[in-house]
Amino acid sequence: MRRLQSTLFLIALALGALGVVCPHETEAADEKAPIKIGAYASLTGSEATWGQSYERGTRLAIDELNAAGGVLGRPLKLLIEDNRSRPGESATSVRKLISRDKVVAVLGEVSSGRSLEAATVCQQMRVPMISNGSNPKVTEVGDYIFRVAYIDPFQGTVMAQFAREHLKIDRVALLTDNANAYAVGLGKFFKERFLADGGVVAIEKHYNSNERDFKAQLTAIKASGVEGLFVPGYYTEVGLIVQQARQLGFDAPIFGGDGWASPQLLAQAGESLRDTYYCDNFSMETDSPLVQRFIVKYRERFHEDPDSIAPLAYDAVAMLADAIGRAGSTGAAKIRTALAETQAFVGVSGNLSLDAQRNPQKRAFVVGFKEGRYRLEKTVKP
Amino acid sequence: MSEFLQQLLNGLSLGAIYALIALGYTMVYGVLRFINFAHCDVFMVGAFIGYYLGQHLPHGTIWGGTLVLLCAMIGCALLGMLIERLAYRPLRGAPTLNVLITAIGVSLFLQYTGQLVFGATPRTFPPLFPSVNFNVGTLVFSSNQLLVIGVAVTLMVALRLIVFRTRIGTAMRAVSLNPNAARLVGVNNDVVISFTFGLGSALAAAGGILYALNYPSIDPLMGVMPGLKAFVAAILGGIGNIPGAALGGLLLGTVETFVSGSRFSTYKDAIAFAILIVILLFRPAGLLGKPTVEKV
Repeated sequence: MRRLQSTLFLIALALGALGVVCPHETEAADEKAPIKIGAYASLTGSEATWGQSYERGTRLAIDELNAAGGVLGRPLKLLIEDNRSRPGESATSVRKLISRDKVVAVLGEVSSGRSLEAATVCQQMRVPMISNGSNPKVTEVGDYIFRVAYIDPFQGTVMAQFAREHLKIDRVALLTDNANAYAVGLGKFFKERFLADGGVVAIEKHYNSNERDFKAQLTAIKASGVEGLFVPGYYTEVGLIVQQARQLGFDAPIFGGDGWASPQLLAQAGESLRDTYYCDNFSMETDSPLVQRFIVKYRERFHEDPDSIAPLAYDAVAMLADAIGRAGSTGAAKIRTALAETQAFVGVSGNLSLDAQRNPQKRAFVVGFKEGRYRLEKTVKP
Repeated sequence: MSEFLQQLLNGLSLGAIYALIALGYTMVYGVLRFINFAHCDVFMVGAFIGYYLGQHLPHGTIWGGTLVLLCAMIGCALLGMLIERLAYRPLRGAPTLNVLITAIGVSLFLQYTGQLVFGATPRTFPPLFPSVNFNVGTLVFSSNQLLVIGVAVTLMVALRLIVFRTRIGTAMRAVSLNPNAARLVGVNNDVVISFTFGLGSALAAAGGILYALNYPSIDPLMGVMPGLKAFVAAILGGIGNIPGAALGGLLLGTVETFVSGSRFSTYKDAIAFAILIVILLFRPAGLLGKPTVEKV
């Protein structure tokens, strides 16, 4: 009986392994076969609002393109993987999308750190990738990596100038997330520009992602008598930081970058967000018919207003589709060349002309919290 | 000077939370000579029970908050007893390593089931108790911080009373001294051990709710770091020693806060764990523990 049991177990194990390893179906090189586009995003986990919004923007674009006849006469098919907002998983997902699912291009991610992980894989495997991250290192990985968002040297400059000229801050404090590539980069660019403009960085403090208690750092910051606090982190910690800062009696302006952009921030921190500002990629108050049409379409399908992540995801798909159209084929190298030549492509989030480093020169929108939500304070052209 | 006092206050309130969690570790170890690694995840379940119950009760009331706290404590006590019954009792008498690994397994099970059931996205914990900020001179503290200190002290006193003044407490001390001899004098070991786990888990739930009140962002993996720090605190104070847990928690919280407010803030966690190494090297029984000699 024992021998029979172990034999059956081994057979079951072997069948299971075969099922996993063997490809599911052989693809006929059919001209009408869908073009497979891979995407990876933080659908669950600490930055889930970004991943979910990213998926919405991507699907809206893809469904629209398919309704208009697809690209090169073929429909687009989206294969999206969840990286659970954790390091390490993006690389695995992208590798799987490329080698097993044979996608023609990869879209993702909002987070610069996770984009960097996946970019290395995409560059190695020679598949074009379009990222929404803002850290310059993402496109520096190689010529197969492209971007639809502005980069952090620009964002840091925008916020530094805003702090000096608009908020009239001479002495500033920095509170940076050491475990986050984006935060460290943006903090560095902000500091460089702030100092160059004649300001003083009185105190710099740090924390790690997923921490909850910032009172120690905030007490030290408050005691240093600064006129403002720059927090270039992600919204999950920023919400707690702003709450605790206001609780400790720190009433000076607190500001940051597009890592703040999430409805979860308002749900978490509520009224503590008075006198806070951040820099973003998209504003609903943009006076352009294209943007307003997008907002109407988004509202119709998802019954809520778009945040700043979905428009960028939408633009990434549109840019990719445009490139595939110009390339006339789904070969990776041809798509790459077509993407690199993207000029004067008008997206929902702005003008997408890619420069030599494959980054667009886009406008930034600085928003401030007034009467219960963030409103546009200033638009800055590159 | 006022910065120093404010940091001291921050440190004490953080330390009170560590002390509360450390109490659970220390009590279970004291009676059963076993580190319950699943303690920090029962802490997380307690916070989630509080989150779901808090949605059906008005926020900012003392009776509402107390009701949620009590319900979470009872709920987690039941969970703790269930875990003991299913995972630890079958291993009674097995080598300690087996039980330790099972405890880690239970901990991982709770974390990832939590991710499946609750979703991995952080939720905002409702303000169960009325939240007031006090300003004494330049010092700022909130009623939630005072609540932690108050509840921690109350639970510590209650625990001491239970262990030293009740029959079940005497039974717990008997089982802790020698489980076989306790059985011989008529103590029902199964009941005592279940009760110990229930009590420890109730403490974990209280810790979870108070932690969530002070840092209102909860997710299924929230227990890992505080649990680890509280474990260090329990060892620092002397594992198995109730006042030791309190002392260890307060010390660790204060040291961590001062380091965080200083130039070395990036090394905050490293220093907390370095303390663990130093204590184990030089005084393994902990600050208030009695060094025992094992007769071979």
